[in-house]
Amino acid sequence: MDLDFILAKGPIFLAAAQLTVTVAFFGILLSAVVGLLCAVVKFYRWPVAHRLVSAYIELARNTPLMVQLFFLYFGLPRLGFIWEGQTCAILGLTFLGGGYMAEAFRGGLSAVGKDQVEAGLSIGLNRFQLLRYVIVPQALAVSLPAISATTIFLMKETSVFSIVALPDLMYVAKDLLKEGHSSETNTLLVASYLAVILPISLIFAWLERRLRFAGFGS
Amino acid sequence: MLDSALSVFKMGRNLARLMEGLGVTLEISCLAVALSIVLGIPIGLLMAGQRPIVKRILRLYLEFIRVMPILVLLFLFYYSLSKIWNINLSAMAVSILVFTLWGAAEMGDLVRAAVTSLPRHQWDSGRALGLTETQVSFYVIIPQAVRRLLPGVINLATRMIKTTPFVFFINLPDLVKVGQQIVEVAGFRNPLASVWVYGFIFIIYFAICYPISLLSRYLERRWPS
Repeated sequence: MDLDFILAKGPIFLAAAQLTVTVAFFGILLSAVVGLLCAVVKFYRWPVAHRLVSAYIELARNTPLMVQLFFLYFGLPRLGFIWEGQTCAILGLTFLGGGYMAEAFRGGLSAVGKDQVEAGLSIGLNRFQLLRYVIVPQALAVSLPAISATTIFLMKETSVFSIVALPDLMYVAKDLLKEGHSSETNTLLVASYLAVILPISLIFAWLERRLRFAGFGS
Repeated sequence: MLDSALSVFKMGRNLARLMEGLGVTLEISCLAVALSIVLGIPIGLLMAGQRPIVKRILRLYLEFIRVMPILVLLFLFYYSLSKIWNINLSAMAVSILVFTLWGAAEMGDLVRAAVTSLPRHQWDSGRALGLTETQVSFYVIIPQAVRRLLPGVINLATRMIKTTPFVFFINLPDLVKVGQQIVEVAGFRNPLASVWVYGFIFIIYFAICYPISLLSRYLERRWPS
């Protein structure tokens, strides 16, 4: 093990990890927004929208991210939609993640009893207030394990972004592997991903314990 | 439009090559899923067992696999194994090995959950009826455990199929890699080649994974636990 090599290449990995985290952050945030919207549409069974949303969820969940990205990055520009790698990566992650997040939230929403909705309506809450104060807080607690699993899954999926020419951790590693030093490079690679994903996994584990303690989500 | 699409697939052996790529994808998926199930059952039983040290080690293994992207594992085994231990594995062997390492860990956790979720009184009532240990296992425990297990296992299988495009990175000619090669060549003459080829691959994956996920959902509804 060549320690000097590791110290010399550390900053490159740090920069790449930052890129991974940035793209993952926006992608996962947007996934959660898309997922929540889709779940609400399905919850209220809005006539046409609910079918469209179901179709989208199935497409997103039953195809690999890499194929979605290839289509977005190499296919759609030919039809006039041109975007650069980073936008494409965030869009791809959102397309995939939106489907998974929708299922995660749907599970939580369907666990909120009809009596809760009726009780809320009967004290005069409107639709938005009902969502904001009654349904979402309870659904979120029930959905948390699924949300956490999806977040970790999406974090891991970010490892394919070098196919849309993003200089992320895998891209940097592949470049260095060409020069030899494979064990040092791989050590840096594993350490970087542990540093990025492990804290998130621990935070979610802590959150899940907290919410269970509070009596939700059981 | 349609002509432009058909010409890509008719050019040379393109369609045949895509099908060969699909063959590689299916080969990895099937072998890895089968091996994962075979190895995952004993791992899961050990995870549900009484030996604390074994449980600790398996837990650590599972958590590591859960946190590490599969692509990193592929890189580790493909680029490091040969150099450090002087073992030379083909890209195919590395893929199956890595997918099995992942699948066996996840399968182990599913088996552990299925076994520990069965209430103790199932054993006790079985024995109280005068069944022997083996009979309790085969007539009471295993049928119930399998029902709880099956939807999860099918789900895991689709997840593994959807992860196979990762082998692209270690240059295995799977469906996606072949698609990319075709686009590189056909793209010069046919600007829409990428739309048709990647669209086609998208549909193939959907056609494989969607029915399987429907089956998993059907089983979940049929055998609610």
